[in-house]
Amino acid sequence: MSARTALAFAAAALLLSACDNIRPPRTGKQPSSDATSAGTPATAAAPAVAAAPGEFSPPSEADIPEGPFGDMVRRGRDIFLDTPTHAAEFVGNDLSCGNCHLDAGRKADSAPLWGAWVRYPAFRGKNQRVNNFTERLQGCFNYSMDGTAPPAGHDVLVALEAYSYWMSQGAPVGATLPGSGYPKDARPDTPPDFARGEAVYAANCAICHGEDGQGQQVDGRTVFPPLWGPESFNWGAGMHQLDNAAAFIRANMPLGKGGTLSVQDAWDVALYMNGHERPQDPRFTGDVAETRTRFHDDPDSPYGTTVDGRLLGANPATR
Amino acid sequence: MKWKQWSAVVVLAGTALAVQAQSVNPATLANTGGDGLAACASCHGAQGEGQGAMPRLAGINAAYLRKQLDDLAEGRREHALMSPIAKAMSPQTREAMSGYYAGMALPAAAPPGDAHPGARVAQRGAWDRNVPGCVQCHGPGGRGVGDAFPPIAGQTADYLSTQLEAWKAGRRNNDPIGLMQAAARGLTAEEIRDVSDYFSRLPMEASR
Repeated sequence: MSARTALAFAAAALLLSACDNIRPPRTGKQPSSDATSAGTPATAAAPAVAAAPGEFSPPSEADIPEGPFGDMVRRGRDIFLDTPTHAAEFVGNDLSCGNCHLDAGRKADSAPLWGAWVRYPAFRGKNQRVNNFTERLQGCFNYSMDGTAPPAGHDVLVALEAYSYWMSQGAPVGATLPGSGYPKDARPDTPPDFARGEAVYAANCAICHGEDGQGQQVDGRTVFPPLWGPESFNWGAGMHQLDNAAAFIRANMPLGKGGTLSVQDAWDVALYMNGHERPQDPRFTGDVAETRTRFHDDPDSPYGTTVDGRLLGANPATR
Repeated sequence: MKWKQWSAVVVLAGTALAVQAQSVNPATLANTGGDGLAACASCHGAQGEGQGAMPRLAGINAAYLRKQLDDLAEGRREHALMSPIAKAMSPQTREAMSGYYAGMALPAAAPPGDAHPGARVAQRGAWDRNVPGCVQCHGPGGRGVGDAFPPIAGQTADYLSTQLEAWKAGRRNNDPIGLMQAAARGLTAEEIRDVSDYFSRLPMEASR
């Protein structure tokens, strides 16, 4: 077994792949469709999603129970959808969990919470030890949210765990469910190309995320998330990996039109997105090359490589 | 003719054009009409608030309004009543009226609650059919985002439902990268009715 395959196995469940530098399982599923969630506090209940035979279907939000447990589940949902508002002290950027985990973490092929919950505790290649679900969520705050994770047992984490647990009721423990993670089985015919990606971006992404990739905000609230720069995920986040980003994009972008970009387009635009600077990896050792060797030794990580004439990680975005 | 004389002619001609372009005051055209055009207010309401199937214009960003007028005038968007009117408007008038309505003040309204039958699609969408929540592009409360995503809060229910049906059927197709057509195709007739009613009851918010 190659080191790469071993890593893929280790992370096999890693369904919160957007939050962290991990390798989700290869589910063999074809991408379906969807989109990004805006940081909008959502209170209207979503119905149970109709699932194809053999696919897991999370319960309807209308069935979240009354009482203290249900209150905690609803709080978790609200944090998930508008993280900067509901977990402000732990978030360093303008993103929300729901930006990469669509439909408030319910959507198949968008790293749903129900796919992740049943796969922890798990050994993770990222930190070379067995992590519980709490630690997995802390990774999201440290990398994807470019913030400082709440301590174990903090209400914010309890709420997110309650929401994940509630959503996963009926899912078999230990299963790798169809639709978990991002569908990562497709690789492009030719190596991803920055210039082609720029053209894909201009045609399909700029209308929402802006020509400069900084997203769009209204009255201080993020509607379309920034894709690079100081308000986006940092170099330690799983979404900085081309395979993760391409899989997410192919399955879910443009919003509501998932599955319409070609595999090649998705990889090209993933390289364009991740060929721009973003906040430094919190594990930065003081040296880009050493940091790459220790934490980014992977052909799908552009960190520490030169893209479009820039050594990525050498001039990280700062607020 | 000497250069100086030519210059004078050019300057005079330019002045004449400028006078013609500004011959109709936007407020006058809006309220009483002119230049062969009916008063905008006769269909869109005295405050640009819209009525029935005639959309609200007040507070909608100028770039979006200008694009719609240009699309109507040049055939990229079709409407039995409005296409001929847009064609009769000069580019300068289209620009002036877009700015006029974008800057109009908006009346307040009492918002519907989350129990409204349109609230779920409005806020969260219908992801089993890949339909994003309306606010995911049109912004919190449907107040509009940037130039491309107009405010839908405070728009008339008839106009919203008519447009959603038109997007769904492909009769309207001047949307960037087909985003609205894709979303509308996933909605049922009942959802279109409910979500249109929901946004018609939300307070108007001017978009930038």
